[in-house]
Amino acid sequence: MVESSIVRYYLRKLVIAALVIVVVVWVVTPFIISMLYAFSSKDDYYSPNIIIPIHYTIQHVKMLLDLGATQAIINSVIVAVITILLSFALGLPAGYAFAKFAFKGKDSLKLLIIGLRMFPILVIAVPLVTLYIRLGLNDTLLGVALAHTSMALPFVIIISSSIFAGVPKELEEAAMIFGLDRKGAFFRITMPLALPGLAAAAIFTFIMSWNEVFIASVLTLTHRTLPAFILTSAMAAPDFIKFAAGFIMILPAMIFVFIARKYLITMWGITLK
Amino acid sequence: MPNHVSFVEKYLPYILIAPALAYMLFFIGYPLAEGLHLAFTVNGVFSLQNVEYLISSPFSKFWDALTDTFLLVLVIIPIQVAIALGLAMLFNMKFPARHVALYLVILPLTISDVAAGLIWYSMLSANGFFNKILLNIGLIHQPIYFFGYQYRPMEFLAIVITEVWRATAIVFVILFAGLQMISRDHIEAAEVFGATPWQRLRYIVFPMLKPSLQAALLIRTLFAFQIFGVVWVLAGRDIPILAGEAYYEQVELHHTGVAAIYALIIAAISISIGYVYIKLFKAQYLEEGR
Amino acid sequence: MVDVHLKGIVKRFGKTIAVNGINLDIRDGEFIVLLGPSGCGKTTTLRVIAGLEKPDEGRVLFGDRDVTYLPPRERNVSMVFQSYAIWPHMKVYDNIAFPLKIKKFPKEEIDKRVKWAAELLQISELLDRYPHQLSGGQRQRVAVARAIVVEPDVLLMDEPLSNLDALLRVKMRSELKKLQRRIKVTTIYVTHDQVEAMTMGDRIAVMNKGKIQQVGRPDEIYLRPANVFVAGFVGTPQMNFFDATVEIKDDEIILDASDFKVRLPKDYLPVLQEYNGKTVIVGIRPEHIYPEGHAPTTAKKLSWVEGTVDFVEALGSDTILHLNTGSMILVVKISGSHRYEIGSKVKVALDLSNIHVFDKESQVSLLYKRQRGVQ
Ligand SMILES: Nc1ncnc2c1ncn2[C@@H]1O[C@H](COP(=O)(O)OP(=O)(O)OP(=O)(O)O)[C@@H](O)[C@H]1O
Ligand SMILES: [Mg+2]
Repeated sequence: MVESSIVRYYLRKLVIAALVIVVVVWVVTPFIISMLYAFSSKDDYYSPNIIIPIHYTIQHVKMLLDLGATQAIINSVIVAVITILLSFALGLPAGYAFAKFAFKGKDSLKLLIIGLRMFPILVIAVPLVTLYIRLGLNDTLLGVALAHTSMALPFVIIISSSIFAGVPKELEEAAMIFGLDRKGAFFRITMPLALPGLAAAAIFTFIMSWNEVFIASVLTLTHRTLPAFILTSAMAAPDFIKFAAGFIMILPAMIFVFIARKYLITMWGITLK
Repeated sequence: MPNHVSFVEKYLPYILIAPALAYMLFFIGYPLAEGLHLAFTVNGVFSLQNVEYLISSPFSKFWDALTDTFLLVLVIIPIQVAIALGLAMLFNMKFPARHVALYLVILPLTISDVAAGLIWYSMLSANGFFNKILLNIGLIHQPIYFFGYQYRPMEFLAIVITEVWRATAIVFVILFAGLQMISRDHIEAAEVFGATPWQRLRYIVFPMLKPSLQAALLIRTLFAFQIFGVVWVLAGRDIPILAGEAYYEQVELHHTGVAAIYALIIAAISISIGYVYIKLFKAQYLEEGR
Repeated sequence: MVDVHLKGIVKRFGKTIAVNGINLDIRDGEFIVLLGPSGCGKTTTLRVIAGLEKPDEGRVLFGDRDVTYLPPRERNVSMVFQSYAIWPHMKVYDNIAFPLKIKKFPKEEIDKRVKWAAELLQISELLDRYPHQLSGGQRQRVAVARAIVVEPDVLLMDEPLSNLDALLRVKMRSELKKLQRRIKVTTIYVTHDQVEAMTMGDRIAVMNKGKIQQVGRPDEIYLRPANVFVAGFVGTPQMNFFDATVEIKDDEIILDASDFKVRLPKDYLPVLQEYNGKTVIVGIRPEHIYPEGHAPTTAKKLSWVEGTVDFVEALGSDTILHLNTGSMILVVKISGSHRYEIGSKVKVALDLSNIHVFDKESQVSLLYKRQRGVQ
């Protein structure tokens, strides 16, 4: 009786552990393999008996960079930074308004923004081309960033409103009693408290822009962002160049996630609700 | 003067929101109008030429794209939701190193579809990890080919695997967040009163998780209809899909009007799904505000 | 119906030790109260008994059945959660009926029992509501009803009446107690309300910092506290404590408390012999100090002290005096309503047959040492 309940107890623990391990292995293995293969020598890759490469080289990554990936990375960063600046400049005031004011039509407006977030952003790419040609924005990084901003904006509004709402109203009111006006209270009290959360939101925006491929491929021809460059150029290249491409693409995302890991789950929780 | 201040104070929230809203409405409204224009006019006059091309040209893969997109959605979504639900339950238990495991499991969240496609290409290619392992333990003697037009079912499978790997994490995060909001006591109470694990899931967890489940389902469906990068990397046009065809018609063939129709179709599907979602969200929202 | 034995239970959460070596034997059909301050490990102890937590050390026995590793649903227990844990998606009726449905009772029986429990807890008219339409106190009663509809082997209740108004609480106490007497279910009842503990418990286990300080009948706990903690935790106003040096001269015991001296009867000689010249903690309850003219005729051995009235609490039924004796305050409780001028001098008598003496180091009672851990 006692023994059997102990056995069952530990069996249960064992099953849980086994399941967790299976899941983690399933998720993590492809990451590891793709990174290893990105640096494995040609011979190791084509040798049927070498599963985990033995000889490593940075040749493929270097080749890819020389082929134009360097410029594409720079382009991607420029687009992402413009996107962050634009979407924060437009989105933070709106987020603040949703968090700190009560006004007529607030719920409907919020719903509208959530609704707009549902809009498939890749749809806008094709018609934008004609507009951009007219405006001289076609094949420019600014053009891509403008489109990315419309994708990031609802997210920035929703996330920043929840961040601002997390700063207790009393703190700002106390500051106003002690002589700051609303603007002063915002910049001296609310902003510093909201900063870490907003930084995480900026990282999130960066990743969104960094990862976006459809709009970028449609709107650019010579000024490719990294995903667009890889989609059009690297696909024709040999396998190990593709692996190198995969590696270059995931690296910044992984680093950023590591930096912002504390916030990510809650952030995704908020945005995906 | 005091009047002026109160005027600004009164309209301040609207002033703060207006630029963002105007921006979004322009970037969605204009392309929609322009898209309609592109789709249904040729040289400035109304024409169904693009629609005819889409539906009946031998070069158009519209019908295949439509069926394949729906097929992918129908196969991928249930798998993702089932796995994510199981995972959420698993991670709601206590075990050592739970946070590390959690962090690892949500890693794919940050991976773009193109990168995910490349990663799984390295896993499944003829000289890839998967084939090498199976060959070396002697389970197979010939590599299993996942890629190439003659292996289309395998390409389909590879896409499903990659999408499940990449996007299950999103569903998982939504469900897990929902599960965490259910107080642990609620599940434990059922346990104390004698409910089996299945009964706990059936009578307590499932009903309480319903809002999150619906949200996850809808949001995933919405994005699944826009699937592009993974398919394009792994299968190209072997398995045509709506977004892929839009891209192809636009970038390769410069059939802007046809691409616009694809875009409008995706928009229509998404708006229908989004409409359901908003109705649902609104109901839930009002309930919470009670 | 079963007797419950806790053997050396230890439960840690990371670095905090929630339960630190609990031994407790609970008789079949007994109503035992776990009493202690917030955070002392009461809930954790209950959860270990329920099977919701596995203890890091020790064993839980139901009768001679070791249930330490058994999941909750195989223990046939029932529980009122401190947080109520009422399922928000079920109506009150379905909440109460749930344990019966799980145990596959026939429909009519379920209906009968749910109505009976609702009647008992005065929530009959709420059966058709959802939890969010209830007040906190109503939810709590639903939680109690849900726990008593089944006949478990062990009934666990975690502060089940904490959220009720005073009147309802008194009524519910007696209802629960009557019910428990009738169905004779072994009951472990957690509270930090000492009145509740005194009136309901067959025995009380006083806990502090994850340890059981004393187990005994309510009167034992009150009259013969085993240590400073129990003496101070039980009884309002709190027992007076002061340090005093023991002086033994020719069979005469004198406690020197700097402000005054207390001459103890010879009966105390055996326990205080070895403390000659040392400091001890002396305790006396406010109701065992009598102002002049208020000493009951039964109180024989008295020791007189004089002080100035610092503060008076007039409670109507009682009057509480705060007396300044120079360097300390003595709290005195007199039954009935009396007038005292602030600043006036009052002479009070300490009832020496109700005095407590504790070791300064270990804080253990010198008089009721053997009481400690009495089962
Ligand atoms: N799940 C947990 N994780 C970490 N610490 C815990 C956990 N549960 C309880 N503790 C800690 O263990 C100690 C005992 O907690 P417990 O809930 O048993 O106290 P309690 O006596 O029921 O208090 P209260 O009267 O406030 O309900 C506390 O210090 C508490 O902070
Ligand atoms: Mg508690």
